[in-house]
Amino acid sequence: MKLTQNQSQIPIYAAVVFAGAMYPLAAEAHLNSTGMGPIYDGLMHFLMSPEDLVPVLALALLSGLRGATYGRRTLFVLPAAWLLGGLLGLAASASNGNAIMSAVWFLLLGGLLAADAKLSLRVTAALACLLGLYHGYLNGAGLGLTFSSAAVLLGLIFAVFVLIALAAAFVVQLRASWARIAVRVAGSWIFASGLLLMGWAVRGVRGRVF
Amino acid sequence: MNRGLVSKLPLWVPHPFAKQKGGTIEILGVPPKPPLLGWDSIIRFTTVIALVFLCTPLAFAHPQAGEAKGFLTGIKHPISGLDHVLAMVAVGLWGAQLGSPAVWLLPVAFPMVMAFGGMLGLMGVPLPGIEYGIAASAILLGVAVMFEARPPLAIAAVLVAIFAIFHGHAHGTELPPGQSGLLYSMGFVIATGCLHAVGITIGTVHRWGWGQKFLRLAGAIVAVGGMFFMWRAFAA
Repeated sequence: MKLTQNQSQIPIYAAVVFAGAMYPLAAEAHLNSTGMGPIYDGLMHFLMSPEDLVPVLALALLSGLRGATYGRRTLFVLPAAWLLGGLLGLAASASNGNAIMSAVWFLLLGGLLAADAKLSLRVTAALACLLGLYHGYLNGAGLGLTFSSAAVLLGLIFAVFVLIALAAAFVVQLRASWARIAVRVAGSWIFASGLLLMGWAVRGVRGRVF
Repeated sequence: MNRGLVSKLPLWVPHPFAKQKGGTIEILGVPPKPPLLGWDSIIRFTTVIALVFLCTPLAFAHPQAGEAKGFLTGIKHPISGLDHVLAMVAVGLWGAQLGSPAVWLLPVAFPMVMAFGGMLGLMGVPLPGIEYGIAASAILLGVAVMFEARPPLAIAAVLVAIFAIFHGHAHGTELPPGQSGLLYSMGFVIATGCLHAVGITIGTVHRWGWGQKFLRLAGAIVAVGGMFFMWRAFAA
């Protein structure tokens, strides 16, 4: 079969892509030279810490189920409270997360989400505020007053903001009843994880709670 | 040339006899049947393969020990025991037979109560006859699916919840040393929920006559499996 002009250029494109891919760049493995290291550290810390991430996800889903107004309120209250808590924590001495408190957040937010609780806007905002202050304080206290701690906090809050925006917006536009039930099922899973986390916290684990 | 034939193909689909016109593609005549494997196909295929091999994923040279393993251990745990799998898939099958709201209420209740059973186990609260309870859950849930039992929703939910406590007590506490308890728990709960989803998905065949018979057969198989595990529990 005779190749068309576009098709005959495919090997040329492939060669260019191959050459580009083979061009050696600095590894930047430790992000020291980019100046973006601490921000990425904060961002990744949040994404890799389920004790932080899951309650935020639960609150975002809960806000999304209630509607766009709730989502918008959470979107701005939670990161602001997180920032405030983080700044307070930066000035505090080092503090370890309490597994029982983490379990309580899992149970509270997972239970409310599973029950599709009809919370008022004020209660939702208050929950967002408390969650942000508590987790922000723990994050800030963990960071300590180092040179890059503010940048780490910034990256962390950016990740919180993006997660809420994506999760709440995703749920707000759901109309099918089965899709909203699926969101509530996710809440029941968070609640169940919280129950087990509570068990680990009370027992004291052979390994680690987090 | 048949110029009136307008296809609804998306714009990214390449076609040698088509030209773009507005939001659609106009097919210019009936294209000849292409050979099974022409040169252009080979070149495209080779290019794609080359690009895939050029994609270099991150090395993850310094993972935090045990973190991901805790999650993966939790995911694998429910599917590694056939007794667990049978009961959880049966919950999904039964929910699908019963229809709404049981189809989502039972799978929501099971992980929550199962986690409660796991919490009891972690706190050291003893539960006698766990293996018998697990085997009985497979038998009774299998029988319920086999006869398409339709008890009141509350009774079905309580029955499932009681069995869930046994499963959670037995399996929710088996954390290998050095792994994250939270990630293990999340993996365990997610895998359990996914097993229910498998049961519900299989149960969608209930709308057809042959599907109803198939589900009853599946229930019988679950019940037989439960009897095997009961026999093994007595023999131990």
